[in-house]
Amino acid sequence: MNAQTGELALQAKGITKRFPGVLANDNVDLTLRRGEILALLGENGAGKSTLMNVVYGLYRPDEGEVFVKGRRVRLENPRDAIALGIGMVHQHFQLVPVMTVAENVILGAEVTRAGGILDQRAAAKSVGELSRQYGLEVDPTATVGELPVGTQQRVEIIKALYRHADVLILDEPTAVLTPQEAQELFRIMRDLAEQGVSIIFITHKLKEVLAVADRIMVMRAGQMVGETTPEQSTEQSLASMMVGREVLLRVEKQPASPGEPVLQVEQLVAFDERHHRVVDGVSFEVRAGEVLGIAGVQGNGQTELVEVLTGLRPAAGGGFQIDGKAFRKPTPRQVTGAGAAHIPENRQRYGMVLPYTVAENMVLNRYYRAPFTRTLVLDHRAIKSHAAALVQEFDVRTPSLDTPGGNLSGGNQQKMVVAREIGRPVRLLIAAQPTRGLDVGSIEFIHRRIVEQRDAGVAVLLVSAELDEIRLLADRIAVMYKGRILATVSAQAATREQLGLLMAGIKDKSESAGESDDADRALAAL
Amino acid sequence: MHRLTNIFAGRVGAGAIARTVMIPLLAVFTAIVVGSVFMLLNDYDPLAAYGGLLDGALGSKRAIARTILNSVPFVFGGLSVAFAFKGGLFNIGGEGQLFMGAVAAAWVGVAGAGLPSWLHIFISLLAGFVAGAIWGGIPGTLKAFTGAHEVITTIMFNFIGIVFAGWLVSKGGQGQKPGPLVDPDPLNIVPRTADIAESARLPLLEWGREPMHLGIVLAIVAAIVIWWLVWKTPFGFGLRMVGLNPSAARYAGVNVAGNTILTMAIAGGLAGLAGTVETLGRNYYFAPNFNVGYGFDSIAIALLGRNHPVGVVLSALLFGVMDAGSTRMQLRAHVPSEIIKVVQALILAFVAANEIIRYIYRIRREREEAAVPLSAGWGKR
Repeated sequence: MNAQTGELALQAKGITKRFPGVLANDNVDLTLRRGEILALLGENGAGKSTLMNVVYGLYRPDEGEVFVKGRRVRLENPRDAIALGIGMVHQHFQLVPVMTVAENVILGAEVTRAGGILDQRAAAKSVGELSRQYGLEVDPTATVGELPVGTQQRVEIIKALYRHADVLILDEPTAVLTPQEAQELFRIMRDLAEQGVSIIFITHKLKEVLAVADRIMVMRAGQMVGETTPEQSTEQSLASMMVGREVLLRVEKQPASPGEPVLQVEQLVAFDERHHRVVDGVSFEVRAGEVLGIAGVQGNGQTELVEVLTGLRPAAGGGFQIDGKAFRKPTPRQVTGAGAAHIPENRQRYGMVLPYTVAENMVLNRYYRAPFTRTLVLDHRAIKSHAAALVQEFDVRTPSLDTPGGNLSGGNQQKMVVAREIGRPVRLLIAAQPTRGLDVGSIEFIHRRIVEQRDAGVAVLLVSAELDEIRLLADRIAVMYKGRILATVSAQAATREQLGLLMAGIKDKSESAGESDDADRALAAL
Repeated sequence: MHRLTNIFAGRVGAGAIARTVMIPLLAVFTAIVVGSVFMLLNDYDPLAAYGGLLDGALGSKRAIARTILNSVPFVFGGLSVAFAFKGGLFNIGGEGQLFMGAVAAAWVGVAGAGLPSWLHIFISLLAGFVAGAIWGGIPGTLKAFTGAHEVITTIMFNFIGIVFAGWLVSKGGQGQKPGPLVDPDPLNIVPRTADIAESARLPLLEWGREPMHLGIVLAIVAAIVIWWLVWKTPFGFGLRMVGLNPSAARYAGVNVAGNTILTMAIAGGLAGLAGTVETLGRNYYFAPNFNVGYGFDSIAIALLGRNHPVGVVLSALLFGVMDAGSTRMQLRAHVPSEIIKVVQALILAFVAANEIIRYIYRIRREREEAAVPLSAGWGKR
C-alpha cells in the first residue's frame, strides 16, 4: 500500500461516451489516489481505452466530469492533459527510432539557449537526472532504434516525467515485454509510486494485476462493475468479474493417447531477414492425438520455426516430414495440401484480409478449389453456405456473412481464423499464439477447440509465449532458447520452476549459480 | 469498392451505389464551380463556356461520335490503371505501354498486308496488347524479384518506350540509318510508319454518316472482361488479396511474385490496346506525336472511376466530353481551351484528396470504409 494519503490525484465522475451504435462508457466513475497503482481491468472492448482517452483529452465525454487534484478541468486535447501533469504511455510507442534518447525525450518540449538554439547538453543532463531519480536506467545518448523494447518503454516513461507528469497511464505495458522486462517494469512502477507518482495500469493479465496493483477496478461492457484489492481476490474471482460469469481457467482434458508421428522435424535450420541463424538445428516430432507445446520467451526462433513449417520461409538446412512426406522448401499450398492447418501468430497481418467479408475470409486458402471454384468461376453461393455453417459451429458473432472481417472484434476475428483452419479435416494443427490479445471468454473457447482437435487424433503443435497456456494444453513441452530446443519434458512432470529456468537458458541447476538473478526474475515473472 | 462487388452480386440497394458515387460526382461538381470562379476572375463567361463545351461534345451526332471516339483510349487506359490498383500496384507507365502498343500494331498492320481482314485485325490487336504487356511486365518482374518500386520503374519505362518508338520510325540521314519501321516512301518527309493495310483497319459502325469505329465496342467488352476477371474468378480473388494484404496472400498460398508480374502485364496490355485502337481505328499509322497524354489522363480516370470498370467507362466518357467540347468552348466563349485542363486537374485533386470534398460537404467517413492506400510500400512482397 503505497497510497500515503487519501488525496485524490485524479477523479472521473459519471463519464458517458457514445459512439454510433455503441455505448462505450456508461456513467463510469474512477478514482486515483496519490502514489497509488490502480489496475484497470477489463476485456477488449470493455471501455478501458475510451475512459483513458477521455482522461487524456483525446475524446470529449458526452456526460460527466474530470477532476485533477480536486479541481474540475475541461480537457480539449492531450496538451491540456499534459499541462495538468497527466502522461500516457501507449501500447505502440511514439518514438523516433533514429534519434537519441535525449532527443526523443525533449521532442516537442525543447530546451533552447538564447537565439533559439537547441541546448543538447542541458537536455542530456536533465534526462540523466530523471533516469537517476526514478531508477530508470538508460543512456541518454543511445539511439532509440537500437534499444531493446523494454528500454524503449522506459524512454516513454521518462518522456512523460520530463513533462512533469504525476499521473501516469500505462496502456497494456507488458504486452510487448519479456517476463524479465515486465518484472523490471513492475519495480519501476513501485519506485515511481513511492515517490508520489500515481499510476493507472491497463491490462487484462490477471497475474500481473495481483502482483503489482494496490487497488483494482474492473470494467465490463462500458460500465465499472467492481472495485477490489489484490488481497481480496484471486485470478478466478477477477476473471469472473471481467466476464460476468463463472469462467473455466482450466480445460477439461483426458490424458493423451498418442498415435503414429505426423510431424517429424529433423535438424532444421533457418535464417531471419538479417541473416542470423535463428533456428539452429531443431529436431522434434508431434504424434497424432497429442499436443506438443513450444515454450520460450519471444524472439528465440519460434516465429521462424513456424514460418518454415508452414511454407512461408525456406529451410536453410535439415527438413521435415508431414505424414511421411518430406519437405524442405514447400509452398504454403503444398503444406496445406499435406493436411496441415495454421493459426498464424498475427491474425490481422497473416490470418485474414480485413476488407474481405467474413464469407471470403473463410475460404482464404481454399477459394481456388471445388466447390468454391467451378470451371474458373467463383461460386459465391457455395462460399456463403460454407461460411454460414462455420459461423454457426464456431459461434462467430457477426452481423452478417457480408460484413468485412475487419469489423469484427478481436475475439471473433480469431474465431473466424480458427474456424477456417480446423473447420475442415486436418492431420496437423500448427497454432502460434492462438489466444494473444483475446478476452477470457474467447480464450476459453479456443482452448477447448484445440483439445477437441487433439482428441480427434490431430497432431497439434502449439507455440505460445504464455507459459500458462502451454502448461494448460500441452502433453509434452519443448523449451526453445536461442534457436535450439533445450529440453523436451512431459507436461505433467514439469514444474513451473524447471520450465522457467529452461526459458532463461539454464539447463542444469548447477549452472545457475552465476545467473541466479536473471533466473529469479524469469521465475518471478511466470 | 467492395460495395460495388456487392451491387453486382445483387446484394446491396441503391443507397450503397449513391454512397459510392457521391464523392466522384461532388468532385466533378466542385471542380466545375471552382473552374467558373477562375473564369469569372479572368472576365470570361462560365455559362457560355460550359454551354459551348456541352454543345461541342454532345450537340450533334457528329459531336457525340467524336466524344465517343475520344473516350475509347481513355477506357483502355483507365482500365489499365484500375486493374493494377486492384492488385496493389500503381501503374504510371501507361504512356510508354501505349506507345509500344501503338507502334507494334502499326508494324503488324503494315507487315500483315494480304491476310484476311478478321485475322489481320485480330493479330494487330494481339500485337498491341503483347507489346504493352511486355512493357508493363518488365517493371512487374523487377518489382517481384528485386523489390524495385513500380512507380519509379514505370516512369523510367515511359521514357524508354517513347524514345524507342520514336527511333523505330526515325528518318535517319546525316550518316544515321533510318529506323526499321519508318515509311520507305521518300516523298513522306514525316517520321512515321507507312499506312497500315486496309485489312487491318477497324471496321466502321453505322452511325449516320459519322465515322465511328469498332473501338468503342472493344472497350466495353474489355471493361466487362476485367470486371469478370477481378470479381468473378479465383484469379481475381487472389489478385485483390495481394492488393489488400500481400502478407495474408502469401500465407493463403497465393504466388505473390507471379501475381505481381501478371497484374502488371495485363495492365500494360490494356494500356497497349489504348494505343492500338488509335492506330487501327483513327490514324491508320504510327507517328510519335500522335498522343496527347492519354497515359497520364488514365490515372485521373481510374481514380475518378474508383477503380471500377463501370466507373472507368463513365469517367472516360466525361473526359471524352471535355476534350471534344473544349474547341467549341474556345470559339464560343473565347475561353482558352487550356482552362479545361485546369478543370480536369481540379477533378483529380478533389478525388485524390477527397478529405477536401468530405470537409466541404460534411460527409462522414463510414466506419467500415477503410482508407485504400494508393500504393503499397517499397520492397518485395
